[in-house]
Amino acid sequence: MTRFVLHRIGFYVLIAVLLAFFTVPLLWLASAPFTSDPTYKVRLPDFTSENFRAILDNPYALGSLWNSVLLAAGTAVLVVVFAALAAYALSRVHLPGRDALLYTLLLLSSIITGTAAMVPLFQLAVELHLIDSQLGLILIMTGGLLPAAIFMMKDFMDSTPKSYEESARVFGASPLQIVRHVVVPLVRPGLATIAVWAVANVWGNFLMPYLLLSDVDKQPAAVIMYTLYTEGGQANIKLLATFGLLYSVPVVLMYLFVSKKYGFRFHGGIKR
Amino acid sequence: MAQATLPPEVLDDAKARRYSADAAGLGRLRAGAFVAPALALISLFLVFPALWVLYLGLSNYRLTGAAAAAPRLVGFDNFVKALTDPEFWNSTWLTFEFVLGSAVIGQVVLGFLLAWIMRDRTGPLKRIVEGLVILAWILPSAVVSFLWVALLDRDDGTLNTLLHSQDFAPLLDHPMLSIIIFNIWRGAAFSMMLYGAALGNVPPSHLESARLAGASGWQQLRDVVFPHIRGHVLTNLLLISLWTFNDFTPFLLTAGGPDGKTEVLAVHVYQVALQGGELGYGAAVSTVILLINLVVAVFYLRLLRSKK
Repeated sequence: MTRFVLHRIGFYVLIAVLLAFFTVPLLWLASAPFTSDPTYKVRLPDFTSENFRAILDNPYALGSLWNSVLLAAGTAVLVVVFAALAAYALSRVHLPGRDALLYTLLLLSSIITGTAAMVPLFQLAVELHLIDSQLGLILIMTGGLLPAAIFMMKDFMDSTPKSYEESARVFGASPLQIVRHVVVPLVRPGLATIAVWAVANVWGNFLMPYLLLSDVDKQPAAVIMYTLYTEGGQANIKLLATFGLLYSVPVVLMYLFVSKKYGFRFHGGIKR
Repeated sequence: MAQATLPPEVLDDAKARRYSADAAGLGRLRAGAFVAPALALISLFLVFPALWVLYLGLSNYRLTGAAAAAPRLVGFDNFVKALTDPEFWNSTWLTFEFVLGSAVIGQVVLGFLLAWIMRDRTGPLKRIVEGLVILAWILPSAVVSFLWVALLDRDDGTLNTLLHSQDFAPLLDHPMLSIIIFNIWRGAAFSMMLYGAALGNVPPSHLESARLAGASGWQQLRDVVFPHIRGHVLTNLLLISLWTFNDFTPFLLTAGGPDGKTEVLAVHVYQVALQGGELGYGAAVSTVILLINLVVAVFYLRLLRSKK
């Protein structure tokens, strides 16, 4: 009996320590935006909305959030469209060298990371005059995300039944019509998954925009956030608190959406 | 390209699927056209940079000056320079500490611990714990980095308040330890979810019989649980090592400082190539990173294949 009690106490102490470890760093983000005259210290908020004015007063804050939206949406659209087309073709038609191609893509996308490729990507952007071009950045990030997206998409395509396509063909639909009106509706959850995955990746990405966009008016929230707390002088804590919160909220909403709709779990190769 | 992309979902199929027929009548030509735009972007912005980095590494490219206008090949000079440069070895050693401390030990142990103590639970406690751990993982890196800067601040930081200490500045006094603990906090979610899924595959009856036979908690772990999740442990180790090795987030906390004490290889490349302007030398270091990535990834893909 005592053993059992000790066991229980130990368990809850452990849980408490773990909870504290994961909660304490986040407390500030929950309290400071709503506290008058916030400092680095975590205090009980008095639920003021005054601090949010700081976002409006800063010339770059709202613009950078908009830039983040542009970059994320642009990249997601390109990734979804190109990955879906490629994955459909690779799933249905046996192109020569397909398996080797897929294997190579998977390998490359996992080893050529932003860190390993920052020097040549910077050089490439200079040569192609893509520095300070949001479109250039979108294309570069699309190239980086596509291999994994094609892989995920091909999985979805492989698991859809072909009978619909066959019947559509019998009724005389052209291949493009079949893709648009038969395949796309069938794999819509897959398309949504890839889109959310791409948006999440771009939204949080710091290195690529930091490297390739030097014009403050074009920089996304990730870079502006970093500038705000590293630039010299007194950091504007009101702005950091509210801007950080605003920049984080979409990620949390996306996570809640995905976990509610699809369940945020592992499947596939992880499970045997 | 925020992280090395090996999303676990895609590495599906233990069952080798039979390739489906061309039901829509696409034909090879149109199929080729469907694949072309994706391949073009991948070739230009992923494959080409990787090949070019090999060339740049052999050149004396600089961001500015005479060598910027007329670069030439200098053979293996950059590599020799790297291998004889104490800063390079310092960065390599720091990277090793970072990967070993925060990923191989920290995230694996903490992730498993979380999955293990939550394995039979349902209800709000489990949701709260998992929610917080995942929150640390999904928030943008620029935000969490600032949160930790605030947490560890010398004057006003919450850590100082909690410890009733003054002038304790972890980012200055123990910078490497700080970013290791930060990264454990940041990345434990992936391991937790992976082990959570893995533990679901351990047959409860096996655990039950082990318990009845009088096996202690530790013995159950070692003799019943571990054999079932060995594959997952390996997968987990390789993936998080690869990601941590390529992680640029330490830059957001310390920018490699103070005095290069947290200048892991990812940050080192940035500092020498884009701050210092030595693109050729930076490319040589990048080549080393690429090769290490290649070794880890090949290991991982072979592991996946052997499962099939």
